[in-house]
Amino acid sequence: MEPFFQTKKLSVGYGGIPLIQDINIKLDKGKILTLIGPNGSGKSTILKTITKHLKNICGTVLIDRHSIDGMGSRELSRLVSVVFTERLKTERMTCEDVVATGRYPYTGLLGILSQEDHAQIQNAMELVHAWDLRDKDYTAISDGQRQRVLLARAICQEPQVIILDEPTSFLDIRYKLELLHLLRKMTKEKNITVIMSLHELDLAQKASDFVMCVKGESVTHFGPPNEIFTKAFIENLYQLSNGSYNPLYGSFEMERPKGDPKVFVIAGAGSGIPQYRILQKKGIPFMTGILHQNDIDYPAACDLASEVFSEKAFCPICDETYAEAEKQLSSCQTVIDCIGTYGSLNMKNFDLAQKAKKLGLKIVETAENL
Amino acid sequence: MIVFIIFLSLFFIFVLLNIMIGSVMIQPKEIFQLLLGHGGNETSYGILWKVRFPRMIAAVLLGGALSLSGFLLQTFFNNPIAGPFVLGISSGAKLAVAFIMVLTLSRSQAVHSIVLVMAAFIGAMGSMGFVLLMSQIVRQSSMLIVSGVMIGYICSAITDFIVTFADDASIVNLHNWSLGSFSGTAWADIQVIAVVVITASVLVFLLSKPIGAYQLGESYAQNMGVNIKAFRILIVILSSLLSACVTAFAGPISFVGIAVPHLVKSFLKTAKPLIVIPMCFLGGAIFCLGCDLAARTIFAPVELSISSVTALIGAPVVIGILLKKKGHG
Repeated sequence: MEPFFQTKKLSVGYGGIPLIQDINIKLDKGKILTLIGPNGSGKSTILKTITKHLKNICGTVLIDRHSIDGMGSRELSRLVSVVFTERLKTERMTCEDVVATGRYPYTGLLGILSQEDHAQIQNAMELVHAWDLRDKDYTAISDGQRQRVLLARAICQEPQVIILDEPTSFLDIRYKLELLHLLRKMTKEKNITVIMSLHELDLAQKASDFVMCVKGESVTHFGPPNEIFTKAFIENLYQLSNGSYNPLYGSFEMERPKGDPKVFVIAGAGSGIPQYRILQKKGIPFMTGILHQNDIDYPAACDLASEVFSEKAFCPICDETYAEAEKQLSSCQTVIDCIGTYGSLNMKNFDLAQKAKKLGLKIVETAENL
Repeated sequence: MIVFIIFLSLFFIFVLLNIMIGSVMIQPKEIFQLLLGHGGNETSYGILWKVRFPRMIAAVLLGGALSLSGFLLQTFFNNPIAGPFVLGISSGAKLAVAFIMVLTLSRSQAVHSIVLVMAAFIGAMGSMGFVLLMSQIVRQSSMLIVSGVMIGYICSAITDFIVTFADDASIVNLHNWSLGSFSGTAWADIQVIAVVVITASVLVFLLSKPIGAYQLGESYAQNMGVNIKAFRILIVILSSLLSACVTAFAGPISFVGIAVPHLVKSFLKTAKPLIVIPMCFLGGAIFCLGCDLAARTIFAPVELSISSVTALIGAPVVIGILLKKKGHG
């Protein structure tokens, strides 16, 4: 079956000069595609070409097997609606007035709204929980509410495809999550296809069915999130030389402190992460262990510590690992013992703390006062 | 709805007052008798028919035209203090009309009012073109106003040159006109005014829908299916035509284009073009009737220029808009 939304060898750019070439998107109905990539990589340029705000340089955009080149503006407006990233300036418009503009392609010569138009407006506003805002002036509501109103506007245009350019900018995390939840709900309930750009990789990973990476002259990758969100790939896409990316949580760590480690952190079960971050902020290099490879501290330790002593998941700490850790411990001056509790699998960490005492190292519970 | 009734009653009251009041008072009863053709006083009939009626109709149509032109420009430039006078469009039209007048008066030819409107339109488009060019280069809205005011000064200065070097006979005529006045409008002029203003205003009203879409900005309007290029050209032509028509017959009249749409929107508490456009026209008519009445009567028999009255009322409104804008951050 032909995909619902398709671009074939699409080239986009300004003034006839191609910026990104050979874009091939295939997207089924009701799916969410997210464009990610560094600032200025051309995400907006692609979106603007799909909405015909920019002329395509070559190639085609097909919606439901019809090229948008051959469509009139009215026909296209019934298929594709947009939410732009620029803040909207309005004058004396209530939220309902703003949403009502979405009915434009369906009203007559003077744009008088019919009963059905009013029903659609109410539906759209209820879907995004903005119906209570209907009589409020658009300029008098919060950024999160505005974004919901604009989404309602886009929905009541009854499109098949909604394009959103960085819809989560200006929003705090609560509204970001809420907006993405609404988009998912919309795709599910109305079978609308969503194409958007996002800056937040963690959210892109969690909210999208497909992800497209845009960088430089071409689309570097297109695929489902679990193929795209790998450590090496993201770090390369954004040229992360001063930080690192954790694909499981979709989170980032700052740059690892440089130098010879003089601090040993005995950690596990999440007790280590706060300490690692304090040390990172203070620029103190450190080693840490002994962590099981399934320990929650382990990914952050790998990103931040100069050296990590680890054991295979679910196994008691073996003698070789312990011996290695003990050897390195003696080269340190300070030990941060934050682990708190010991169990049968990590009893060796207790031994490590005792060893530190014997060696006469400075032992503290937190890196705060180092 | 209440606002509409108030506007309508104000309109009729001012229409009546403008016909009644003058150097000779004519009672409403007499007006009705004259209108119905039941004899009445011969002089009153002359005053009414040859002076007050044309002048009143001119104030109504030209006032409405100015106000609509202002509304269009504010929407077009997304700037609440844009208007035909501040953007130099009136002055451009004034220059072109002065030029034609001097040219023809010196040869003591009569100019047809259509020629004047055409000249004014060309002048208005000239200024509009300059302002559009500036708006492409500098995207700041305050710079747009400054460039408009500057072109206004340049056009006024050139107009002054032309007037200075014109024949003595034409100066009196030109001087009155260049200050702005509804006086001396003939029925022949009214015909031209009515055709131009009513056609343009109906077209503007028919554009309510895309104007409403355009209020959200160009990008959204395009997404809603508005043909942006055609729409922009139409708005430029219509707003220039409306203000050109005013300038051709009544000279440059300041601040009506800014003050009236603003007041109308704040009375109506909405900016929906479908309601605002007719009300702007009505509001502009009321405003100009009132100002013309004031200009004629306050220091009678001396007549003030209409612009000095409109500026006195209109300029504080502009200051009010600026203060309000500041308050919103």
